[in-house]
Amino acid sequence: MTADATTIAIFVAIVVMTLGITAWAARSNKSTSDHYVAGGGIKGWQNGLAIAGDYMSASTFLGVAGAISLTGFAGAGVYTAVGGIVTYLFVLLLVAEPLRNLGKYTMADVLASRFNAKGVRSVAALSTVVISVMYMIGQLVGAGVIIQLLIGINYTVSVISIGFLMAIYIGFGGMLATTWIQIIKAILLISAIVVMVVLVLARFSFNPIAIFGEVSTQLGRDMLIPAHGLVEGLNWVSFNLALVLGTAGLPHILIRFFTVPDAKTARSSATWAIWVIGLVLLTLPILGYGAALLVGQEAIASANPGGNLAAPLLANELAGSVFLAYVSAVAFATILAVVSGLVIAASGAFAHDFYNNVIRSGEATEREQHNAARLTAVLVAVLAILLALGAQSVNITVVVVLAFAVAASANVPVILLTLFWKRFNTSGAIIGMLTGMVASVGLVLIGTDVMGENALFPLGNPALVSVPLGFLGCYLGTVLGGSRAREEAERGKQVPYEEIYVRSNTGISDIEEELETGTAQQSQV
Amino acid sequence: MESDERSNSSEREGTGRSGTTGASVGRGKEWDRVARTPAFEDLMRRKKAFLVPAVIFFLVFYMSLPVLAGFTTVLDGPAVGEMTWAYVFAFVQFPMVWILCHLYRNRANKWDGLVDKARQEASEGRTTT
Repeated sequence: MTADATTIAIFVAIVVMTLGITAWAARSNKSTSDHYVAGGGIKGWQNGLAIAGDYMSASTFLGVAGAISLTGFAGAGVYTAVGGIVTYLFVLLLVAEPLRNLGKYTMADVLASRFNAKGVRSVAALSTVVISVMYMIGQLVGAGVIIQLLIGINYTVSVISIGFLMAIYIGFGGMLATTWIQIIKAILLISAIVVMVVLVLARFSFNPIAIFGEVSTQLGRDMLIPAHGLVEGLNWVSFNLALVLGTAGLPHILIRFFTVPDAKTARSSATWAIWVIGLVLLTLPILGYGAALLVGQEAIASANPGGNLAAPLLANELAGSVFLAYVSAVAFATILAVVSGLVIAASGAFAHDFYNNVIRSGEATEREQHNAARLTAVLVAVLAILLALGAQSVNITVVVVLAFAVAASANVPVILLTLFWKRFNTSGAIIGMLTGMVASVGLVLIGTDVMGENALFPLGNPALVSVPLGFLGCYLGTVLGGSRAREEAERGKQVPYEEIYVRSNTGISDIEEELETGTAQQSQV
Repeated sequence: MESDERSNSSEREGTGRSGTTGASVGRGKEWDRVARTPAFEDLMRRKKAFLVPAVIFFLVFYMSLPVLAGFTTVLDGPAVGEMTWAYVFAFVQFPMVWILCHLYRNRANKWDGLVDKARQEASEGRTTT
């Protein structure tokens, strides 16, 4: 495939549109709060679409459809689609509202609302940076490869230009620009998918069951049944565990809940996200099997061994080169938008947690904080570009799965226990996060995805082992640090659980003010 | 209202938690006053009664898919046309999520009233012993 004028025109139109949004958002990006959380004034439907935009990365649209087209139910595709929606139930029911009530800019803020220790903040910031950079490398490598194939720009140039664009979005436009880019990308992506699904169904007389029938006769029944066996079973259980828990620990998804004004809006944005993401994921088997039947598995595999080009090839088959250009440009916008969200999360961890709260002990001025935030956004973008340039041959799935597994093992146990366990303390939080991080990264490195045949750990996905280890680390740290925690509590360095319990469930943040106003009203009566 | 709290919360964070936590013993009592209002206790009872069974249900329902699909062959047979039971079970997860999502949302929107009531009761000093 080579670039033609239409493809380039559509790409340029999308880039110009996103730069326009950034220029508009830059005028209201005046404070630290604007930069990180768009001033906390995003509406429910806007945030819901932006969450959907953040979550539906290149690996969803391109990767899942591709995996289903080549391996059917036996590969990662169907599980990723189903886990991708169920995980939001976990987010909505357990973490969205309490996090909104406790946090401010970053995930570490939530932990620091209970544990007043620089150690907690540093470790939380470290896990945020590790997860976000992992996720970003996956996106950038994917973007580079796809753009190279679609419009023929060389890998290095495409990675650098994506990195450059996102540094502009975030350095100037902050969270407001990122949010609107997410919203527009979500709408473009949904429209492209709707058109493709209708066109595929039209080829099968609008009967989805007929697609399954054709798959069975043309490609074999194996495409419709799951992979079996002890090791396969354990691996898929582990994979699904990472998926269903992981989202609640992904920093770039969690910070989206800080952009809304209250718990009610957090709730409505999660509901919006659940509907949008669910409807998109539900159609992916139709696109995947549609591509396998209409384009052919050989053609898909020869264009990219991972099947990542199944959706663009299907677009070409269904409606020709203009539609191919549109779908490719949407995939490009998708990657830009997701990477921007990741950079905001990682730069928050650097500038807000490390620089302001650890190094400057929370004494940096508003202006210094805002400048640090913008500067680190650019630095994180440069770091990700350099890593992505060196990682061209890395398997995208390995890094993205690693990001989910680290999130599920290092962040989720600590977040849940901070919210729900009365005895939990500072050393439990630090040891739990470190254990989860080391266990998940270590097991991936000695697992089948990295070491292949000679792996020391028999699974590709570590979650089945590393998530329980994360919880165990939290428990042991809490028990062993018990006497120190009592001392801290006496010196007023650890916030009493009663406060967290009431704050996370009610959203009351300034108790004296609340009670005084109430008393004042009462005395007036 | 909340956004006002946000804008001055940077000062709150800036002066550091240590500033406020100095008075944490006294503060603990204030928070405790809210926790012991009848409305807050009612809120937490209702939350637990819904959330505990709901979370256990959906985690078990969801993890049954990889467990049954990976370790057994019970989902391999055709269910509707050539579509296998594995796909039926996978697709059923979507309405399950949407239904639970709305059951939760409808309840939680009503619970917001209890939060306001708890604030009111705490400021009036109406607590259970």
